[in-house]
Amino acid sequence: MGEKLYAITEGLQDTPMHYCPGCHHGVIHRLVAEVITEMGLLDKTILVEPVGCSVFAHNYFKVDAVQAAHGRAPAVATGVKRVRPDAVVFTYQGDGDLAAIGCAEIVHAAMRGERFTTIFVNNAIYGMTGGQMAPTTLEGQVTTTSPDGRKVSHAGAPIRMPEMLATLDGAKYAARVAVNTPANIKKAKAAIKEAFSCQLRGDGFSIVEVLSACPTGWGMTPVAADQFIGERMVQRFPLGVIKAEVEADGT
Amino acid sequence: MPRPVFNEKKCKACERCVSVCPKKILVLSHDLNSNGYAVARCIDETACIGCAFCAIMCPDAVIEIYK
Amino acid sequence: MVEKVLMKGNEAIGEAALRAGCRYYFAYPITPQSELPEFMARELPKRGGVFLQAESEIASVNMVYGAAACGARAMTSSSSPGFSLKQEGISYLAAAELPCLLVNVQRGGPGLGTILPGQADYFQATKGGGHGDYRLLVLAPDSVQEMYDFTLLGFALADQYRMPALLLADGALGQMMEAVKLEGEPKPAPDKPWAVAGRRGREKLNVVQTLALDRDELEAHNRALQDKYALVRRNEVRYEALQTEDADLVLVAYGISARVAKSAMAKARAKGLKVGVFRPITLFPFPEEALFALAKQTNAFLVAEMSCGQMLEDVERVTCCQKPVHFYGRTGGHLTNVEELLERIEQIMAGKAVR
Repeated sequence: MGEKLYAITEGLQDTPMHYCPGCHHGVIHRLVAEVITEMGLLDKTILVEPVGCSVFAHNYFKVDAVQAAHGRAPAVATGVKRVRPDAVVFTYQGDGDLAAIGCAEIVHAAMRGERFTTIFVNNAIYGMTGGQMAPTTLEGQVTTTSPDGRKVSHAGAPIRMPEMLATLDGAKYAARVAVNTPANIKKAKAAIKEAFSCQLRGDGFSIVEVLSACPTGWGMTPVAADQFIGERMVQRFPLGVIKAEVEADGT
Repeated sequence: MPRPVFNEKKCKACERCVSVCPKKILVLSHDLNSNGYAVARCIDETACIGCAFCAIMCPDAVIEIYK
Repeated sequence: MVEKVLMKGNEAIGEAALRAGCRYYFAYPITPQSELPEFMARELPKRGGVFLQAESEIASVNMVYGAAACGARAMTSSSSPGFSLKQEGISYLAAAELPCLLVNVQRGGPGLGTILPGQADYFQATKGGGHGDYRLLVLAPDSVQEMYDFTLLGFALADQYRMPALLLADGALGQMMEAVKLEGEPKPAPDKPWAVAGRRGREKLNVVQTLALDRDELEAHNRALQDKYALVRRNEVRYEALQTEDADLVLVAYGISARVAKSAMAKARAKGLKVGVFRPITLFPFPEEALFALAKQTNAFLVAEMSCGQMLEDVERVTCCQKPVHFYGRTGGHLTNVEELLERIEQIMAGKAVR
């Protein structure tokens, strides 16, 4: 067959993924798996998965995993990392999981500077439960629980988590990326690598928010959903590194 | 001469690969895989430049690029 | 020579937990159990352990979940309202078969209630306080020595059966001081090949999770859990029966109420009234056979609880109406009162008792 210019990473299991066509979870899984594998961390990584579409992530990542109750992944990951400081620990969470029910958990994990990495998948909707409004649903965006479009006067404006968490000293790396275009995917991978490096250095808490498409929930084709991210979501959720502090002594 | 290789049984016809191929050589075929998705295919491997955009855009780890 | 120390109940739990090899304690402040986290905050770091105060009881029980998933001996404690917040996490611990120690130093409820002692969390503790069919191993100490002993026992049984163990105490036991013999060989934690650690060359990936969308799979899991609880029922029942052989009336009480019942028994016996005490020590598994057998011998039961009657229902269920079951309950933070209990005893023995 010959040599490969691009091969599927060792970090993913061969199991076909259950995600909807065009859902970005699969891309994000692959990027995280690539980073962990390329950094030689696969054998000592522990995933803490949420309740949401990615509740099955343990079937896809080739790592040990703990499934957390909805919103509690940062607390579970705290317990894991405190028992296994030598392990590389990451939580993988959706916007309902992290920004709604688990908001206290993520804030306090960041405040404590827990040395784990959070991959925060923001698709502006509750996907698994059928398309309800999430804390990151855009103003005017129609969901099954904002049928006339999200009204800020009623349900508040979408929450920007990395910016909020960046105000906490314990958070040492916070970035927002997207995977709707090849260029953004490359930047996303770089940011994910940076986040895991922050953990390895023991600097503190790291988070990468990944804007993610939910074609089914949004009622769009995958390609249209990619455009929606580029045109609408990035306006509310600007991409870029929000905080990148390397500890002075870097030990 | 680089070319994409599709693990067709995992393809979900999301068209993300098709939408980013700079050489416009990817299309959704008319052949359905076991899940009923019209699998993506390369219609002119000679034009492939090995950029791997299709592979990195694919959510289902369907595509590998061979030299 | 065994060391004997005057200690508060809450601290006796901490001392025993350290002895049991517990090195991870996740806390949240709440009266009347805060001496335990304060003790752990002082002592755990000295032993290379982790004391962490979480942002809520919900977070702390989930931190225990993460630590236990990695095979560590971990624990958390709280008091009634705080313990209610932990119920979802406890259902997850039971479903994932994660051994750990939970402590509820009960206070009067419902709602914010009081910081004074209570025993109104019996239902929550023994009937599965969270969602789904599960039980906890529930140990009810009635002295500061037992706060110590049952902490050691709790960790041992939790690991043996791979399930959470709950020490159900109350504010009185938590706050009172008694001499404690610091003895008892802690049963070391068994090997935990299932624990999550990072693959580290292991053939199979370890995953701790409780989702089962396939009906047969989840039903089989439920059956396995119930088989475990049946084993616990068969092997781990513990109770104390005092002077029940010739008793015309048997007081049934647990925890601090049992201490008071023992005093009432002594006073009644001094008056020639043949009274005994039956004290469940394991609230799950409840000592059903012993109590059922006792119902044949004695003439009546008087259940004493600091609640409106919760263990009462188990006593009624188990004795199957063979004999009348009377009830004496104080709430609001009142301790079971020995004089009032004696009065009820005398009323019942004189046949004038109104249930």
